[in-house]
Amino acid sequence: MMARALRNGVTFLRFNARRSTRLFSTHTRPEIENGIRIAEFPGAKAPYVTELNVLNEKTYDPIPIYRVLDKNGNVLISSEEPNIDKDTLLNMYKTMIQLYQMDKILYESQRQGRISFYMTNYGEEGIHVGSAAALSPEDLVFAQYRETGVLLYRGMTVTELVNQCYGNHEDSGKGRHMPVHYGSKQHNIVTISSPLATQMPQAVGAAYAYKRQPANERCVICYFGEGAASEGDAFAALNFAATLECPVILFCRNNGYAISTPSSEQYRGDGIASRGPALGLQTIRVDGTDALAVYNAVRRARELALQNKPVLIEAMAYRVGHHSTSDDSTAYRPAEEINKWTTEESPINKLRLYLERKGIWDAESDKAFAKEARNSVVRSMQEAERKQKPHWKEMFEDVYYDMPPSLQKQMKQMEEHLKKYNEKYPMNQFQPE
Amino acid sequence: MALKSSPALLGMLSRISQRAFSTSRALTSKPVTVRDALNQAIDEEMERDDKVFVLGEEVAQYDGAYKVTRGLWKKYGDRRVIDTPITEIGFAGIAVGAAFAGLKPVCEFMTFNFSMQAIDHIINSAAKTFYMSAGGVPVPIVFRGPNGAASGVAAQHSQCFAAWYSHCPGLKVIMPYSSEDAKGLLKAAIRDPDPVVFLEDEIMYGVQFPMSDEALSSDFVLPIGKAKIEREGRHITVVCAGRATDTALQAANELAGKGIECEVINLRSIRPLDFDTIASSIARTHHLITVEQGWPQSGIGAEICARVMESPVFFELDAPVWRVTGADVPMPYARSLEALALPRPNDVVSAVASVLSNRIAGEASN
Ligand SMILES: Cc1ncc(C[n+]2csc(CCOP(=O)(O)OP(=O)(O)O)c2C)c(N)n1
Ligand SMILES: [Mg+2]
Repeated sequence: MMARALRNGVTFLRFNARRSTRLFSTHTRPEIENGIRIAEFPGAKAPYVTELNVLNEKTYDPIPIYRVLDKNGNVLISSEEPNIDKDTLLNMYKTMIQLYQMDKILYESQRQGRISFYMTNYGEEGIHVGSAAALSPEDLVFAQYRETGVLLYRGMTVTELVNQCYGNHEDSGKGRHMPVHYGSKQHNIVTISSPLATQMPQAVGAAYAYKRQPANERCVICYFGEGAASEGDAFAALNFAATLECPVILFCRNNGYAISTPSSEQYRGDGIASRGPALGLQTIRVDGTDALAVYNAVRRARELALQNKPVLIEAMAYRVGHHSTSDDSTAYRPAEEINKWTTEESPINKLRLYLERKGIWDAESDKAFAKEARNSVVRSMQEAERKQKPHWKEMFEDVYYDMPPSLQKQMKQMEEHLKKYNEKYPMNQFQPE
Repeated sequence: MALKSSPALLGMLSRISQRAFSTSRALTSKPVTVRDALNQAIDEEMERDDKVFVLGEEVAQYDGAYKVTRGLWKKYGDRRVIDTPITEIGFAGIAVGAAFAGLKPVCEFMTFNFSMQAIDHIINSAAKTFYMSAGGVPVPIVFRGPNGAASGVAAQHSQCFAAWYSHCPGLKVIMPYSSEDAKGLLKAAIRDPDPVVFLEDEIMYGVQFPMSDEALSSDFVLPIGKAKIEREGRHITVVCAGRATDTALQAANELAGKGIECEVINLRSIRPLDFDTIASSIARTHHLITVEQGWPQSGIGAEICARVMESPVFFELDAPVWRVTGADVPMPYARSLEALALPRPNDVVSAVASVLSNRIAGEASN
C-alpha cells in the first residue's frame, strides 16, 4: 500500500532496473554492489552515480489513499472488510450521529450567546470513530480540538462535554478552560491546549515514558491538523518519534483548510504523509471519510507502534463546517465546494449505507436514534445552564500544588470583599462552600 | 490587587465599545476606530515606502483575523501582503531575515499568545543582531497584534506580554490606547530602525475615538518614548497604558466627582519608558498608583516603583506607591470571574482612596 513507485521515465537510479536483486540486499562487500559503489558516509548509505539528477515532488507518484468502502457503502474488496462485531459497528455509527446532533445544537447555542465559543466536527466524524474503535481505552489521546467524536467514543458523556462548554461546577475541568478544550484523566484524554502543535512533541514524550515501562501495552495517539503540521513542533515530533522509536501514532486530519488558509497555501509537495518516509516513520494515507478504512489503518498502526515503530497517518477529509464560531467560511470558499462532502463523500452516509446493507440498521432506527441523540443534547444543555458555576475560590486553586501565602492573601481579600458587598454580586450563580 | 475594590457595574466592556472617548484635541474631529487607525497607519507607510510589507497568518485574503489589514492585499497584492503557513517561529524568522536584508516587515501575530512559539527570533535575533553585528545589521521590524485579555477565552488566550518584552534590551515596546496613539505610534514603529513590539488590544479594536485633521493626515507620527498626560490633576498620579488607560480615566472621572483630581499618564511606550513625565508629575501630586492588566510580579508597575525608589523623586512621595494589576492567577473562564481578575475602575478608585487616605481625612476635617 505504501509503495512510492518511481515515475516511469525517471532516469535516477536507473541501474535498479538492470538488477533483479534489491540494492540493499545481503552482500559480502558492502561498498560494492553489482559494480555500483555504495557510499559509506555516516549520514547516508547510498549509491554513487555519475549522472546529476534533481528530484522534485513529481519524481514520485503521490502516496495512494487507502479505502475500504465506496461512496454507496459497498466494500470494495471483501478481504479488506474489517471484522467488527455488530455492537461495535452500531456504537461507531451512533457516536457519529450523537456528535453531529451535539455540534448542531451547541453551535446554535453559541450563536444565541449562551456559550462564548464552539467548534464543529462536520465531515470528520469517520476519522473519530474509526480511529477510536481501533484503539484500546488504555491508549493515551492527545487531541487538537476537532476530535470530539473520539472523546464520545471513549465514553465521555454528552453531559460531561456540555458541562465543559458551559463551565459549570460539574465540569471536571472546574470551568477554567474555554469551550471545547475537553480533557478526562479517567478516559486517558489529555486536556486540550490552545497553542497549535504543542501536543505533538508532548505526545512523543508521553510515548517515550510508556516505552520505558516493562512489558508496555499502551500507545499514544496524537491528532493534529494539516495546518498545525506547519509548526516547528510538528517536525520536532516526527523526528523524535522516529529517533526515539516511540510507541506513538501521529494522526493528521487533513481537512483541506486551516481557518481560511487552504492546504495549497499551507504546504507544497505530497501532503503531510510524504514527510513520514522521509523521516523514517511508518506511514499510511487513508480516506478519512471512510470509517472502516480509518479503523483498519489505526489497527495496523497500533500493532506497529507497540513494536516501537512509530507511525504517521494522514487521513484525507474536508472541513464541512466553519472553522469555529468566530469564522464565516463563505468569505473564502464557494458553497458548491462543500456539497460533495455532505452528500456522496459524507462519512456518516457511507457508514449508514454499509450498516443498512448488512441488515443491522434501517431508516426507522436512524430516525429514532437521531431524535434520541438530539433530545439528550437539549436536555444536557438545559440542565447545564441551570447548574451553578464552580465556587469562586476555584480561581485560586491549582495555580500551585500548595497555595502560596500571596495567593492566600488575594483569596482572603476577595472573601472579605464579597462578604461586605455580597448583595452586589450574583453570588447565587456560584457554588456555595 | 484587582480584588481590593468596591463593586463595579457589570457590562463595562460592552459600554467601552459603544462609547466614544474624548481626547485632548477632540472638538473638531472625526470618530475613527482603533482598528481603522492601525489600518491607516500600515496603508500610509506601505504607500510611502516600498520596503514595508506585511506578513502573518490570514493577513492577506482574509484581511487579518481581526481585520486590521483589511483591503491591503487588494491594494498591494501578493508581493507585499503575505499569508503564511501556521508557523510563528517560521514567519517571525522570515521577517527577521528580511529585515537583515533591508526590508521593513510588519509581522502580525494572530494574537501575542502565539508569539511564544516565535520568541527566540524576537529576543535572540531581532533584539540583539544590531548589537552583535557591531552596528552593521539593523533590524527594522514591527511585531504587532492583539495582546492581553480579550473576552471569554481563558487562560491560554488572555495574557499581557508587555512586561515580558520590555525586559529585553534592544527591543522597543509600545502599547497604544486611543486611535491617535495607534496611528501615530504604529507609523513611528514602522519607520523606526530598531525592532518594535507593538501590543494592541482586541477589545479596543472596535472602539471609536475622535481624531483631529492633523492626526488623520499622512504626516502624523508620534514620538516613541514619550508618555501622554490624558488628564491633568493635582492630587495623585495614575500611570497606565493600553486598555488600562480606559480603566484609569473612568476612575478619574468618578473621583473628580468626589473632589479628587487624578493626573492620568498614558505611557504609550513601555520601553523606552518616559520616566521624566512620571517623575515631574509625582513632584506635583506626591502620590502614585500604577494600573495594568498584566500580573503583578516583575510587571510594569513593579518597574515604575523601582525607578521611583532609585530616583530623588522618591522623597516627593507622601505615601507608598500602590499597584493595581491583574489577579495573580491564570485567567478564569467564567465571565464574572474574568471581570474580577482584571483591574476595574472601582479597584483604581479604592487604591487611590487608600493611598490618599491621610490627606482625604485631613481635607475632610478642614
Ligand atoms: C500557535 C498557534 N497559532 C495560531 C493559532 C490560531 N489558530 C487556531 S486553529 C488554527 C487553524 C488550524 O488549522 P488545522 O491545524 O488545519 O486544524 P483544523 O482547524 O483544520 O481542524 C489557527 C491558525 C493557535 N491556536 N496557535
Ligand atoms: Mg485543517
